[in-house]
Amino acid sequence: MKRIALFVAGALAFTPAVSQELKIGFLAPMTGIFAQIGKDMENGFQMYLDEQKGSLAGAKVTFIVEDEEGKPPVGVRKAEKLARQDNVHMLVGGLLASTGYAIAPVSTRLKTVYVLSIAAADDLTQRDLNQYPYIVRTSWTSSQPHHPLGKWACENGYKTVVAVAADYAFGHEVLGGFQKAFEDCGGKVIQKVWPPLGTKDFGPYIPTLNRNADAIFSLMVGPMALQFPKQLLEAGVKKPIIGGGTSYDEFVLPAMGDEVLGHVSALQYSAALDTPKNREFVRRYREKYGKVPSYYSESNYTTAQMIHEVMKRTKGKWPGPEKFISMMTELKLDAVRGPVRFDDMRNPIQNIYIKKVEKKKMHGYEKDELWNTVIKTYPDVGQFFTYSKAEFLKQPVYSREFPPCKYCN
Amino acid sequence: MKKIFVLLGVLAVVALLAPFAGPFVILLLAQVLVLGIMAMSVDLLLGYTGLPSLGQAAYLGVGAYLTAILATKYGIGLGWDFWMVVALGMLSGAATAAFFGLFAIRASGVYFLMITLALGMCVWGLAYRWNSLTGGDNGINMRGRPTLGDVAFSNDLIFFYVVLGFFLASFFALHLLVSSPFGKSLVGIRERELRMRILGYNTWLHKYIAFVVAGAFGGLAGVLWAHLNGIVSPSDVLLPASVDALLMVVLGGSGTLVGGLVGATVVVFLREYLATLVPWWQYVLGTVYVLTILYLPGGIMALFKGGKA
Repeated sequence: MKRIALFVAGALAFTPAVSQELKIGFLAPMTGIFAQIGKDMENGFQMYLDEQKGSLAGAKVTFIVEDEEGKPPVGVRKAEKLARQDNVHMLVGGLLASTGYAIAPVSTRLKTVYVLSIAAADDLTQRDLNQYPYIVRTSWTSSQPHHPLGKWACENGYKTVVAVAADYAFGHEVLGGFQKAFEDCGGKVIQKVWPPLGTKDFGPYIPTLNRNADAIFSLMVGPMALQFPKQLLEAGVKKPIIGGGTSYDEFVLPAMGDEVLGHVSALQYSAALDTPKNREFVRRYREKYGKVPSYYSESNYTTAQMIHEVMKRTKGKWPGPEKFISMMTELKLDAVRGPVRFDDMRNPIQNIYIKKVEKKKMHGYEKDELWNTVIKTYPDVGQFFTYSKAEFLKQPVYSREFPPCKYCN
Repeated sequence: MKKIFVLLGVLAVVALLAPFAGPFVILLLAQVLVLGIMAMSVDLLLGYTGLPSLGQAAYLGVGAYLTAILATKYGIGLGWDFWMVVALGMLSGAATAAFFGLFAIRASGVYFLMITLALGMCVWGLAYRWNSLTGGDNGINMRGRPTLGDVAFSNDLIFFYVVLGFFLASFFALHLLVSSPFGKSLVGIRERELRMRILGYNTWLHKYIAFVVAGAFGGLAGVLWAHLNGIVSPSDVLLPASVDALLMVVLGGSGTLVGGLVGATVVVFLREYLATLVPWWQYVLGTVYVLTILYLPGGIMALFKGGKA
């Protein structure tokens, strides 16, 4: 009762300031094997909201988190719940690429904005874009960082690579991107192995890897990332490892051991990014949650910041879904990860960092820890990399069959 | 007999109140009914025949994938041919069960559990790996529910009534089956198979037919499941889905048919609805399971029967 009285008093005192409301429905896995990632996602978004004291440009934010369990059908159900029962202005999140592909049609059907803050499914902002007028992506397409990584690998002397990637849309697209750029520059992917998403025992896969390759490309997600390098070492495989972004993300990095030293990966963010903005972000995040932010945290923090930027321009008034999408894609932001702007297909253009796992002291912390040191920056990388958009969109979306494994035997 | 009237009464009240419920609650009610059909099919095996199946999601998966593939690739099943898809869904569920039954019915007890689990995972493997047909891990997004004449299933309330109709039809069909002499001999097999065999019953055939019928209703649940969710994904076919169906039956009370619906109601609302309200819903669900097993081995339905099965 007292709280209500206080609230009423507060409302009376600040009526002009709190008159607007912004309802955000957030989808992240809170149970199951991806629960920890879901926590990182929520923490990132929540941290920004807390910094703004729960209101964005005068709009009071109601932040509703729903558990999508890392399963596409559950994601759909929860998206329906958020949009229809809670009447949220926008949906944010969704972890797996497959969940992104599943929720996007819901956003079209219910005319609700869907901000893809993590789900990296390529085609949502490529060939299928026209079906989804209410989506905008603030993170990346799966293949986006892996085009430059393929080029980097080729330029750094790797000729042949065997690939081990999680068998679902994200894995197909990550490896597809890497393979295309790598082979266009002269490299050869000589074998592709597809363990199912969530594999913990790589025993059946490791012995089949072709020993003649110069390096191994790995794409792991969630707990898989922890197991693969360990089991590789136990099996006595000592080849250089190049990984997809999520294989060495800060979500798993602190739990890893020295077996991952020297492994290289690519992403649009690294906690070891040596900029004042990121140093400050890492410090505050670590103070609040007791761990180093992962890309999952940064991406959602930045998403909240982008929503804030739009709301600033409308002075806290909800502009409607069409207007919101178009205003969002006009943003140019100096984010924690670096400068971000959008292409005409509602996907970010941003720096891609090639990163190497090193053990060192960073950002003034006292202990030696594992960090993803940035060894090369590709600035302003879009989802089509250096390829022409028209040419790129003519090829099919990366899948288990595309690009074909020309050099496999 | 009394339990049928109670069931009809409760469903009538729910049907009357449904228009006043929120959109999410209506979806959940429809979900309860679809899973209720699936749970009844498990109950036919577990409760009446004594066969604990851990692979029932396979038939739901077959029905659901068939519906989704016909609808998205060929545009079939979105008008009056919806009824054809319903029939095909049941047929495909039955056919799959007829095939799997050849392997599974030889076993009983925990071996039956294991072999149905393995067969169920085969279907999951197909769904996950046969990319060109099933869309792999992405599954298949449906483009909308059927419209029959003026009746658009895209309206959730209408779809709920449709599902309710299917549930009632399935319930009466299965009720007739278990009250028939055939059903009585299934119970006889459950109680003591050897005696039934000595009496001259072909117990293998009885169990096989029950298995195929259960597959058919699993397939029916699959057709409705695909339209309910608007997406079919390998996770629908995965082991937890089969375990859930078994748990619903045990929770509600096996050998009662109605128990499946009661169990589905408890599980769906505790999981889907409570999960939207509090983060500790899993403890509630776990506590309910444990308490039921400790104090109500006959399931929730035992409460209404004075404890006698």
